[in-house]
Amino acid sequence: MLFFIGRRLYQAALVMLTVALIAFAMFQYVGDPVSNLAGQDTTVAERELLKERLGLNDSVLEQFSRFVINAVQGEFGVSYRMRVPVRDLIAERFPATLELSMMSAFLALLVGIPMGVYTALNRDSWLSRSFMTLSLIGISLPTFLIGIFLILFFGVILQWLPTFGRGEVVDLGWWSTGMLTGSGWRSMIMPAITLAVFQMTLIVRLIRAEMLEVLRTDYIKFARARGLSERSISFSHALKNTLVPVITIIGLQIGSLIAFAIITESVFQWPGMGLLFIQAIGEVDIPIMSAYLLLIGFVFVVINLIVDILYYTIDPRLRVEK
Amino acid sequence: MPLLQIRGMRVEFPSRRGSVTAVRDVNFELESGEILGIVGESGAGKSTIANAILGLLEPPGIMSRGEVLLDGECIDGLPIELMRKIRGKRIGMIFQDPLTSLNPLQTIEEQLVETIKIHLQFGESEAQKHAISMLEQVGIPDPDIRIKHYPHQFSGGMRQRVVIALSLCANPEVILADEPTTALDVSIQAQILDLMRRLVRETGVGMIIITHDMGVISEICDRVMVMYRGDVVETGPTRKILGNPDHPYTRSLISAVPRADRRMDRFPLVEYIEAAGTPHKPIDVQDHWLGKARNFGGSKNEFLVSVKDLEMRFTTVRSMFKSRRRYLKAVDRVSFDIRPGEVLGLVGESGSGKSTVARLICGIYKPYAGQVVFDGTDLTSLGSRRQINIYRRQMQMIFQDPFSSLNARMRVADIVAEPIRFHRLASSNKEVLAIVDDLLDHVGLGAAAGKKFPHEFSGGQRQRISIARALATRPRFLICDEPTSALDVSIQAQILNLLKDLQEELQLTMLFISHDLPVIRQVCDRVAVMRDGKLVEEAKTEDLFNKPQNEYTAHLLKLMPRLHSHGAK
Repeated sequence: MLFFIGRRLYQAALVMLTVALIAFAMFQYVGDPVSNLAGQDTTVAERELLKERLGLNDSVLEQFSRFVINAVQGEFGVSYRMRVPVRDLIAERFPATLELSMMSAFLALLVGIPMGVYTALNRDSWLSRSFMTLSLIGISLPTFLIGIFLILFFGVILQWLPTFGRGEVVDLGWWSTGMLTGSGWRSMIMPAITLAVFQMTLIVRLIRAEMLEVLRTDYIKFARARGLSERSISFSHALKNTLVPVITIIGLQIGSLIAFAIITESVFQWPGMGLLFIQAIGEVDIPIMSAYLLLIGFVFVVINLIVDILYYTIDPRLRVEK
Repeated sequence: MPLLQIRGMRVEFPSRRGSVTAVRDVNFELESGEILGIVGESGAGKSTIANAILGLLEPPGIMSRGEVLLDGECIDGLPIELMRKIRGKRIGMIFQDPLTSLNPLQTIEEQLVETIKIHLQFGESEAQKHAISMLEQVGIPDPDIRIKHYPHQFSGGMRQRVVIALSLCANPEVILADEPTTALDVSIQAQILDLMRRLVRETGVGMIIITHDMGVISEICDRVMVMYRGDVVETGPTRKILGNPDHPYTRSLISAVPRADRRMDRFPLVEYIEAAGTPHKPIDVQDHWLGKARNFGGSKNEFLVSVKDLEMRFTTVRSMFKSRRRYLKAVDRVSFDIRPGEVLGLVGESGSGKSTVARLICGIYKPYAGQVVFDGTDLTSLGSRRQINIYRRQMQMIFQDPFSSLNARMRVADIVAEPIRFHRLASSNKEVLAIVDDLLDHVGLGAAAGKKFPHEFSGGQRQRISIARALATRPRFLICDEPTSALDVSIQAQILNLLKDLQEELQLTMLFISHDLPVIRQVCDRVAVMRDGKLVEEAKTEDLFNKPQNEYTAHLLKLMPRLHSHGAK
């Protein structure tokens, strides 16, 4: 087990180093930091001084290693536009994104898995047919449209829920949370549903397809022939076997929830990282872009590591004996 | 009162195009302590009977008529909760493939204890104790340690023992065993049959064994019921059915089983089945396309194929350090020679390296060491693809599984034409198609088959397509890797006859790989026996069968089910 995790960590480090290289390359190729920082009337001498101070005269290798060392310590430089350390910007925005995406992942799993199991077990009932039709709509409707419909219906017409922002947040010092106030929860509902719909439908279809496959296997037939109860067959035998391949995809999906909540965040003006990133692109704010890239890379690597460990605990066939 | 009684059972599978009757008016009885065999070819409805008894028919199948009586009590049509109390508790079932019938994510203990607790009112520790004693009863060594293991940590034979323990753990009165030994090697098959016989004797259960294998029937059954396309054609004591059957189907089925005791010219066909002997159009090599551009008899070398000290390793434990890597020697210094026109049989149990040898010869694997010499040229020394292709053309392979060895998206004509086009053996497309039509004719399919797709054919017909494809390059050397083990006996007889005819007409040299000794005896001139990657014995077929020199060969021969000696006893 330790050996297994060790090897995965080593691979993760390699991946992160590659991502860092790309993030670092952005500084070199996307725009010129000096002209970004300097105004029109800066003299050539001042420009040189700035260049020296930013370390742009050092060799590429030196600059890269400095970049990596800084990044490991959470130091991503100063935003060109806002003149604030990128670290502070991200620390301010990250909780919003993480709370939103965890909430919608939770929703997607909570609704998606039982629905997938139900539609697989009762393939021909009218309820599963209507679930499947609904999931087809969910998978093909673009996220922003769902968001706008929700805003129109619950925000504008019924006026039940707020249409933008996080509501009141409580600052815990290192983390600002909307989960402790009523308005925070109410603000969360619509964005979380919007973000969850696609994942949910994907999970329903995935679980259903995989479960149907598992239900055809001999060990399920044998379990039936031994007179085990339907409940035990469906859940402790079939569902567990279904989850083995599904976990990978669910893991990747949760990663993309965090990384690509951009559209939902824009629709609901959710003060998360996606919104920050969109603004950064518009303003060619490279420190923010590269920090975002690194952070998302890190999130994916961590999720993959968790998925691998889950795999290892669920499937005994992967535990190679020495 | 009989333990289990089936009266007038009829099973139908309704579909849009009318209903298919899988089982028609079946009647039989089973006493306790008795072993009843149900035998028949695929599609005979054998497994359907077992599923119908337990109420486990795959939808939309229904038992439309008849009764199932257990101890005089009618159990068909019981509500599902009551049926569940019968499944496993009073009627147990054993499945064919031990590799897939256990849940891979649970330990043996979890699966046993769950089943025991459902049927017997046992507490956790009591159930555990019972589970261990069950494993002990089915002959698993160190049951208290092994019970904590997962299914993948057991070998095939051991897993089948676990499956048997699972079916027996609630002390059922009846056991239905559906092809319980088909997926196992002969030596493991013998052990499992022994075990089942012993358990029946000790516990007095009644057992129904469903099989296509006459050998299994003759080994273990008290009575036999023969089925053909949903009908029972004959029922009677084993000795009577095997020795002196009344029905013509039974008679021809038994005669189609390859004989182990003497060599015959041709395989008797199951004449009862219509169109069993699709006439094969003979080929005269002198003026036929297949005979062109071949130097018949012109070969200067004594041997067409020679294998010298062939070695193949698979890495089982990878490591950056050479000293920590572990290998499996799949083929361990194997040497043999095949003369032109000779058929060499390669025999061994699964994992003995037979198929690996075939793959090494035709270049699918690269040998770790050793030589493959074809007509005087060492194939392992050839560098360029073009040089290799010259020899590749001359050797072809026929695979075991006719379902996965043909591309499902290609028409049969294109499948057969592909090697001709690849090796540029014909000058125009018109010529290619004419050759394909002719080849399909020769393997007994008819030229019209070319326009169809592989899924429109049965297993035996697909194997004929594979043969036509193999012949399409005008090969001199044919490697057949278990060409008939996926087929029914009657189909097997047809395919083997076809191969024999073609071999004689085209003077083909063949390497014939099989685990089935009687088939080997009928087909091969010489036999080589493999075990754990090593060649243990090589001799003329008749010498090997009459006077085996090696202990392992003798052991294999002893385990070979001798169906025909049964009637003579």
